[in-house]
Amino acid sequence: MEAVLHRAVVYTNRILLLRTAWKRILAPCVILGVWQGAVVSGLVKPVLLPPPTQVFEAMVMMLGNGELAVHLGVSIARVLEGFLLAAVLGIGLGMGMGLLPQLNDLLDGTIQLIRPIPPIAWLPMAILWFGIEEGSKIFIITLGAFFPIFINVLEGIRQTDQKYVELSQVLEVPRGKFIRKVIIPGALPFIISGLRIGLGYAWMCVVAAELSAGMKGIGFMLTDARSLAQTDKVFVGMLSIGVIGKMMDSLLRMLETKIVKWRGAFTGV
Amino acid sequence: MTAKDHLVIKNLAKFYVNENGNMPVLEDISLCVKAQEFVVVVGASGCGKSTLLRIICGLDTDYRGAVALRGKKISGPGLDRGIVFQEHRLLPWLRVEGNLEYALQSGAAAQNKRLIAEKLALVGLSGFEKAYPAQLSGGMAQRVAIARALVNQPDILLLDEPFGALDALTRLKMQQEILRIWEKEKTTMIMVTHDIEEAVYLGSRVIVMSDRPGTIKKEFAVDLPHPRNRSAVEFLQLRKAICHEFHEDLM
Repeated sequence: MEAVLHRAVVYTNRILLLRTAWKRILAPCVILGVWQGAVVSGLVKPVLLPPPTQVFEAMVMMLGNGELAVHLGVSIARVLEGFLLAAVLGIGLGMGMGLLPQLNDLLDGTIQLIRPIPPIAWLPMAILWFGIEEGSKIFIITLGAFFPIFINVLEGIRQTDQKYVELSQVLEVPRGKFIRKVIIPGALPFIISGLRIGLGYAWMCVVAAELSAGMKGIGFMLTDARSLAQTDKVFVGMLSIGVIGKMMDSLLRMLETKIVKWRGAFTGV
Repeated sequence: MTAKDHLVIKNLAKFYVNENGNMPVLEDISLCVKAQEFVVVVGASGCGKSTLLRIICGLDTDYRGAVALRGKKISGPGLDRGIVFQEHRLLPWLRVEGNLEYALQSGAAAQNKRLIAEKLALVGLSGFEKAYPAQLSGGMAQRVAIARALVNQPDILLLDEPFGALDALTRLKMQQEILRIWEKEKTTMIMVTHDIEEAVYLGSRVIVMSDRPGTIKKEFAVDLPHPRNRSAVEFLQLRKAICHEFHEDLM
């Protein structure tokens, strides 16, 4: 009986989704229509704004000859490396400074001073230090993703409810257990938010860094196509940046609902 | 001090220091609680009754005077005292059993499991081990909090307006429950409340506190057998007398 009910709910949800789907599709359809119309009517030059049909053709071509896959692959690999490094550093340093006041006093000022420098401003030096391809890119990505992760981890630890601290004092809970059972689970939603924002930054940083220097990656593909006046390729590149970015974020969101399940645990009424 | 004196408070005073100098919160509080007694402290909000409980609990160690449990001076929190706060303070990310386990010092898993089951049965929540706090009603969550406070077998249970946030009907039910637990476990209890009827219904003794600074104004022994009839003449008279301490003009 319960299973049947559950299924019925799933189906009604699907029908509702279909019913509201047109609202989501409407805006992109209108934009594509106007875009195509503007070019076909001769209002704008195709080289400045290639029509959607031409962009689509270019995409099929680039998918076919593997050009897109190669550049995207390079960029994604860089993002993952840089992001993982930033996650380790951000979570580690955030936890350390959240839990140890001495460490916080020692490093807080320095970190706050470095933070306002846009990651991309480090590129000239990064190229000198780490080389024009992988090293400098990963450095920029790590730097860009580090701060949102670090700040959210720290904030997550700082907002630990004083009431739970008192409770743990009364129960004489050892420090390790308190960190494991109270501080970390309480900070987890913040940590995941930080990771999500950090991943977004990482993706933006890789494109920015590749636009400025190097011969590989999706950002390089954009500048390269522009210098050859292949604007349809530029659009393909831009669209794939959007799609991959969205996919990465969705992945982390799924992870969030999995890990922080106690928040949505209420199943009554 | 006699052998039966369990908790002894002598000339307790507590100040808060602010820009106007010392602000007294508690003044000259002396109180002896015997083992297995159920003492209820009533007072208006802000009279320092919660501070008194926090001092006994060991959360507030900045006081003058002497507070000792079974002859041992209180200088910090300890497992010999359990406390139930007004809010349940269950960790929302842990299941009911996890919340009780959190209170236990690391021991044998099987023994912990038995203790948890025992205390949940005591508060009438067997079978809810796997529930998350968000799935419980306010009354149920407070029962889990009581079970958690009792899981270390404290010498004394401190209750800081534990039913203050519950609706009237749940509150009546919880009063019966805490009474049943008290009679079964024979734990010494001190409850703080602003509900006079609750105090007369539960207490072996009712302590009335004055406010600003908090002092013990009067003490009432309640010699009525349990379960007490809330509409019995003696009950109502006692309630009236305590009410009188608060609002002379109401009578």
